[in-house]
This record gives sequence, C-alpha cells and structure tokens, in this order.
Amino acid sequence: MAKFKMHLLICGGTGCNASQSQEIAQNLKNGLKDKGLENEVQVILTGCFGFCEKGPIVKVMPDNTFYTEVKPEDAREIIEEHVVKGRKVTRLLYVDPENKQQVADSKHMGFYKKQLRIALRNCGFIDPENIEEYISEDGYSALAKCLGEMKPEEVVKEIKLSGLRGRGGGGFPTGLKWEIAAGNHADQKYVVCNADEGDPGAFMDRSILEGDPHSVIEAMAINGYAIGATKGLVYIRAEYPLAIKRLLTALEQARTFGLLGKDIFGSGFDFDIELRYGAGAFVCGEETALIHSMEGMRGEPTFKPPFPAQEGYNKKPTNVNNVETYANIPIIINKGAEWFNKIGTEKSKGTKVFALAGQINNVGLIEVPMGITLREIIYEIGGGIKDGRQFKAVQTGGPSGGCLTSAHLDTPIDYDNLIAVGSMMGSGGMVVMDETSCMVAIAKFYLEFTVEESCGKCSPCRIGNKRLYEILEKITKGNGTMEDLDNLANLSRVIKDTALCGLGQTSPNPVLSTIENFYDEYVEHIKDKKCRAGVCKSLMQYVVDPVACVGCTACARNCPVNAIQGEKKMPHVISTELCIKCGACIEKCKFGAISIQ
Amino acid sequence: MNEIQSSNCCSDCGNDQLEQIANVIDLYQAKPSNLIQILHASQQIYGYLPLDVQEFIAQKMNISVSEVSGVVTFYSFFSTKPRGEHTILVCMGTACYVRGGKKLVEGLQKILGINLGETTQDGKFTLEIARCIGACGLAPAMMIDKVVYKSVNPNKLESILSKY
Repeated sequence: MAKFKMHLLICGGTGCNASQSQEIAQNLKNGLKDKGLENEVQVILTGCFGFCEKGPIVKVMPDNTFYTEVKPEDAREIIEEHVVKGRKVTRLLYVDPENKQQVADSKHMGFYKKQLRIALRNCGFIDPENIEEYISEDGYSALAKCLGEMKPEEVVKEIKLSGLRGRGGGGFPTGLKWEIAAGNHADQKYVVCNADEGDPGAFMDRSILEGDPHSVIEAMAINGYAIGATKGLVYIRAEYPLAIKRLLTALEQARTFGLLGKDIFGSGFDFDIELRYGAGAFVCGEETALIHSMEGMRGEPTFKPPFPAQEGYNKKPTNVNNVETYANIPIIINKGAEWFNKIGTEKSKGTKVFALAGQINNVGLIEVPMGITLREIIYEIGGGIKDGRQFKAVQTGGPSGGCLTSAHLDTPIDYDNLIAVGSMMGSGGMVVMDETSCMVAIAKFYLEFTVEESCGKCSPCRIGNKRLYEILEKITKGNGTMEDLDNLANLSRVIKDTALCGLGQTSPNPVLSTIENFYDEYVEHIKDKKCRAGVCKSLMQYVVDPVACVGCTACARNCPVNAIQGEKKMPHVISTELCIKCGACIEKCKFGAISIQ
Repeated sequence: MNEIQSSNCCSDCGNDQLEQIANVIDLYQAKPSNLIQILHASQQIYGYLPLDVQEFIAQKMNISVSEVSGVVTFYSFFSTKPRGEHTILVCMGTACYVRGGKKLVEGLQKILGINLGETTQDGKFTLEIARCIGACGLAPAMMIDKVVYKSVNPNKLESILSKY
C-alpha cells in the first residue's frame, strides 16, 4: 500500500452496497482520473466499517477523516476539496448526537473509542478481493509460522493457552475441541467452518467473510495442520451472495499463491477448501444438523455423543468452528497466547463482535473486549436510545437468549455472566428495545420463529414450542388466565430439559426471561387486558375525543368496516365491536382527535 | 424423459431445462451428498421444483423420490410452486421487527392483494418474509430479487413497486 500518498476507503459491505457505494467508488475513481491523480491516490472498496447506521462511509487515510451518508454526487467535492486542496468537506463529517459537534476523524468518535478490533482487524481496512493487501497485513504469516516452526500439538497447545472459546454461541473452549479431534485417528479428517449465521439480528459472520475472507481461510488451514486434516469445508448460507462471491475469489487467489493445495510452503502439508451451500434452515447451525446437511440430507440433529470430533462428516473426525472463532486464530498464533489471554475476563478471553441493532442511535457492528458493560455498549458506543426515548430491554443471544433490563446494565458481559442472568452470548445479536416494544409480543415473536424453524424430529420442540406459542397468542389477544402463566413457565422448563438439540433446549429462554424480568407486563395483559406499549392490537381501543373532533366525516368515510358513526359537524363515535383496528381513521384525521387507549 | 414431458403441465418448459438439469447431475457425479447443490442449480434452471422435476432428479441419481422430496420440503429456500417474475423478501429479523417490518408486510399484502407465500395473478411478484437478511443497520429492510431497500416505510412501497 506504500506507493500511494492517500487512500480513499469505501465500505463495500451489503449495507452500504444497498446505498450505492459501488457508484461512489466509481465516481471517485473517475474524478481522480480527471485530475491526473490516479497514481497517487488509491480508491479501495473494503469490507464493513461497522457503522451501518450512517452508511455509506468513505474514510480518508492517513488522516482518518470519516465521511458519513455519502452520495455518489459528493465524490467530486471530496476530490476537489479534500484530495486536491487538503480541506475537509465539513458537511459530510459525522456529527456527535450528544453535543452536536462535528467530529474530524474516526479516532474521536464515541462509536470507535471503546472498541477493540481483533476479529474485525482488517474489515474496512483492506480490499477483501485482493490477497496482496491481506498478505501486507501479516496475512498467511501465522500459517507459515505453524508449518515452519511449530509441531501440530504445539499449535493446539497455543490455542488452548489463549483461552479462546467458540464464538458461535455455546462458548466451548476451542483448543480443547481441537485437542479431541487431533487425538482421534483416522485416514481422513475434516475441518468445517460454520457460516450458517441464522440468528435474526446477527450479521457478524457475513461481515467478516465479506471484509476479510482470507483470515478464515488461513485459520482453517492452521486448524487442518493442527488436527491432521487435509480437507476443509465452509457451510455458508445461500442468502449471502456477496460473501459467497468474495470467498470464492479468495480461495482462487490462495490456490494461485500456493497457500492452498499440495505441499504448502514446501512443508509437505496439503490442504484445500470447498464450499457447501445452506438452503434456509436455522437448525443447520447446530453442528450435527450442519453435517447432515453437508452430506445432502435433511438437516436434522442427532444425539451427541458421538461428537463430530469422533464421528462427523462422512463418519470421520470433524472439527466445526464458527467464522468469528476462526478470524481470531491467525492473530493469536502471531502475537501469542499470552497477549490474547490478557484481554477479557477470567473465563472469557479476548473480544466479542456484536451486531448492535434496534431502537438505538448507532446501529452497526462492534467489537469489544469481554467484560465491558451493557451501559458502555448502549450509551457510549451505541449513542443511546433513538429519539430520546427510554431504554426498556436488550435482547442478546437471538432465539436462544433472553431479554435483560436496566437492572443488568452494569453487569460485565461474558459467557458465564450472561447465562447467570438468564440469557446467553449466542452468536452476538444485540437488539435494543425502548418502551414501544411489548415484551409479551417479543416472546411470541421468537417463539413464532422457533416453531417455524423446528425440524420436527423431537416432540418437546415440535409440540412443546407450538403450545408455548399458542398460550402467548392467547395472552396477547386478551384471553389469558393466571393459570396460563404458570403453564408457560412449567412447559418451558420441560422443553429445556428434554429437547434433543441446542435449538430446542434454549428455545424457551425468551419466554422464561421475559416472565422473570417483565412479570408485571404479563399480568397487565391477563388481568387488566392492557398492553402498555400499544403493540397488542386486541387490547387496544380507538377513541374519538369529542372536544377535538369537528365532525368533518373524513374518518367515517375512510373506515373500511363502517365502524364510525356521527352527524356532520358533530363529534363522531367509534364502535369498538365493529372496529378492526386498522388505523385508517388516525391517518385521515387532521385534528388529532383519535387516539389509542 | 418422454414420460415426464407428457405429464408436464406447461408447454414452454420441457426437454431443454431437464437436459440442463441432467448435465448438472452429471457434473456432480450423481453423488447423493451433492443433492442440495444439485437442487440449488435445478431451481435456478427450472424456476421451482415441482414433483415431476423431483421425480426426474431422483431417477437420474438413482435414489428414491421420497429422499429428494424430503430434502426439498425441509429447506425454505426450495419452492414447489411456480414463482413470480420478482421475489419480494421483507426482512422480519428482530431489528426490522422492532422497527416496523410487520407494517411493511401488511402494506404489501394490501397493495398486491396476496398473502405471504403467494404470487400475484399477473405472475409479477411473489411475497415472502426472510429471517434476517443481515442488513440490520438499514431496518426495516426488504429485498426485491437481489436489490436491498433500506429504511422502508409503508408510504414508500407503491413507488418502489412501480419500478418493476
């Protein structure tokens, strides 16, 4: 990268792509050509910067200027002002939502200050479609170190010492997993990268594969060497076309450079990687289901043991790790287990990537050291709740996790603390909710997901979750009883204890944690027939304020079921029996006379 | 193959596409472990995977139709019904849900006059929901074919659809 004086980095992740980042890159390239600067300033389409809320992002290096919400037509001004005259285009700079001040560079942005980027180290920094840029950032040097200087058992030992735990959800120690797979002898072993990211609200694996595919390829080769496998497979969602494209490009380049294939670095070690596409089934994130899906079958889980490390793909020992786990491996090898071990809490080392989403100012992808508090994430990195509303809950761990409240804001986040407060790390989805979210409806939302995604193999999950969903439906319709609430909790515990795989065993968590933390809201739905968030339609009533109503008849004319009666110029009345709560009247009323109670 | 063609309902899809599917199966050496990749390719060629196509694949791969059908119906990506020219996927991941994804679904159902999973009478749009398209920063989001639309609100729907 050294021969250019300046670099213009444009985010080319799925989010910014949807906001014309390709056109911005093209316009910048054309503009540089017009000025004859194409050999001095380089335009690079990178992976995700994480700050998706304000995309598309253009970052100018070396001064770290961070332009947000850039449009294709802004390219000319960036070149004429910033590149040629050295003056920042102030109207495109990020404005701090707290003090309304413009921030000149990314180092001073609250969003980045508390972050520590290890797994995302190259995302938003290098061109993911160019292997030379990865190599210039020490890429493939960890593989060279392993093959040249370390024995396989030394690699396993290093990963064990680092304390790295699986980032896909369970948090199983990665080094231990490798040790078990290494200890099982067979004529063929496999390493598998689980890129079947299915949690609603999580997109870290996609961003890593789009922004830094080589780090995953390098880590898989290291994993292969450590456990004695020569074949790698990436199981990736078919819903991620851009990630698939970049991964295929990266694999081809690695083969051309001799970093995959036969006799890598002249060490005698052979290794290559193939892709397998998922076809839209959440349960395939579970490792035994994933293996069956890779074998061309229905993705149904099977009982463990035997664990994949004993009997996995094609009945051979198989090590399955998630994308983010792999992204940590090369840097651990390069910097050493001791360096990694110093970051994080006692039992959870390193960092975790979270997809911060929901009713929060700075939506995006963040990477923070383990042990950070929810308060730091939500208020310092996330910039607080949207539109000045009140924080109500944060959901972590997706359909397997739970909802935490303001009482948990100062709990240091790591694997064990989250489980202790009734949620879990999961793959790292973090959805923030304000008072406009109804917690009973949220529990129902997750159960709807589980019911749809249950593979149907075991009855606790297939039937039990359906019953949970029906009880929640009954409560949100205003027909629930206190006995239903007891049944919800009891049935949840039975499902947790008896379901076959991780999906079923964790599916009642959203129900249990909302009952635990928002018991009053359930009781309100049942006893008072009220939904304080105004989400559950059956519990709402549309009412006309007789003082504000001028009798213009606009609402009555637009009501699809003729539920509104009243003479011209006289206050109107809504029949609650006929009303279907479509909201058409509120939209048409120019006098703000209709409200929901 | 003749037998299959005669039982086929539509006139313009026939030999050609089945031949392409046969080529794909050969390319994957008819290995049962490649069934999912073969189905992905077949759906791209044929548009969807009706029973006669499933029968054709089973016969060519020398496995039972129930095995093929079991896999087709297990995964939401595979469709056994014909699809519209364009597929609208409304994201219903948690982030889009809390920012109003449900209102988009209701709006689209009203405008298009169809339910989820259905195709408009003119064969133009198929309406479906997705469990997170990974664009949480753009919530609520939807996709029409491969284009992502960000921060959509119900009032924008008509103008977005009019582009197609």
